[in-house]
Amino acid sequence: MRATVLVRPKQGILDPQGQAVESALEHLGFSVAQARVGKVVDLEVDAASVDEARAQVEKMCEQLLANPLMESYEVEIHG
Amino acid sequence: MASPQPRVGVVTYPGSQDDRDALWALAALDAEAVPVWHEERELPDLDAVVLPGGFSYGDYLRCGAIARFSAATAAACEFAEAGGLVLGICNGFQILCEAGLLPGVLLRNESLRFICRDVPLIVERDDLPFTSRCTAGERIVIPVKHGDGRWFAPPDLVRELEANRQVVLRYGEACNGSVDDIAGICNERGNVMGLMPHPEHAVDPLLGSADGALILASLVEAARERALALL
Repeated sequence: MRATVLVRPKQGILDPQGQAVESALEHLGFSVAQARVGKVVDLEVDAASVDEARAQVEKMCEQLLANPLMESYEVEIHG
Repeated sequence: MASPQPRVGVVTYPGSQDDRDALWALAALDAEAVPVWHEERELPDLDAVVLPGGFSYGDYLRCGAIARFSAATAAACEFAEAGGLVLGICNGFQILCEAGLLPGVLLRNESLRFICRDVPLIVERDDLPFTSRCTAGERIVIPVKHGDGRWFAPPDLVRELEANRQVVLRYGEACNGSVDDIAGICNERGNVMGLMPHPEHAVDPLLGSADGALILASLVEAARERALALL
């Protein structure tokens, strides 16, 4: 089963990478109020059901893929 | 009876860079410096452990996030839980934070630039096994070299750490954007410390500063006391 994890810097955490992207976009003439840069992790999970896959991936996020002090995460299961 | 040479281990992860300098500096400060390979599930007989700087496992995902799960890190965590002395330098500090042995996390420098220079530090505590040779309030100079050294924790956690006196070192000038200019912290028990500056690169005046020896010699001395206590 395919899964995607989106990892984002939490609101309130200074994200200098996002700020650099924001100012580069402004230099290109785009009007951007805010840019934040996170990560995408695509996974192929061995699971019998969507619920089981979700439970597994949530565990992966808690243990390794995200650091709860600074990041939030979102799990998408593609079936 | 001659005082024994304390045995101080230095873990080498794939991607560690400062393990050899740490071994060299500890030996120069009269410790028996013991290399420890990252796959070792059990530490050899040691009086202290150093997790060195570098880019363990390529620093993929987050700095220290993968090294945290290596066999030697698990062994170092057990050693710390039993009261053993553990010092994490730079990447070693990042690993200790990821492993939960120290609070907070190290983020990308505010400037987005890799910082490599001597920085002044203010010593906040001199009553730890890592700082007994320092004096509280003293200004020392030790180099930093990192891209991800901005220590961060939420405000309530920072208040708790300040109240517990867990801040050991602060930058004496703007450096990487760390909360409260924090450069080094310890756990509540005081047997685990992490810092971003590199004391092992400052143990001889020829290297620009010998102030790093204050930290490492404190550790060697504390390790020696522990070795003697076991005799």
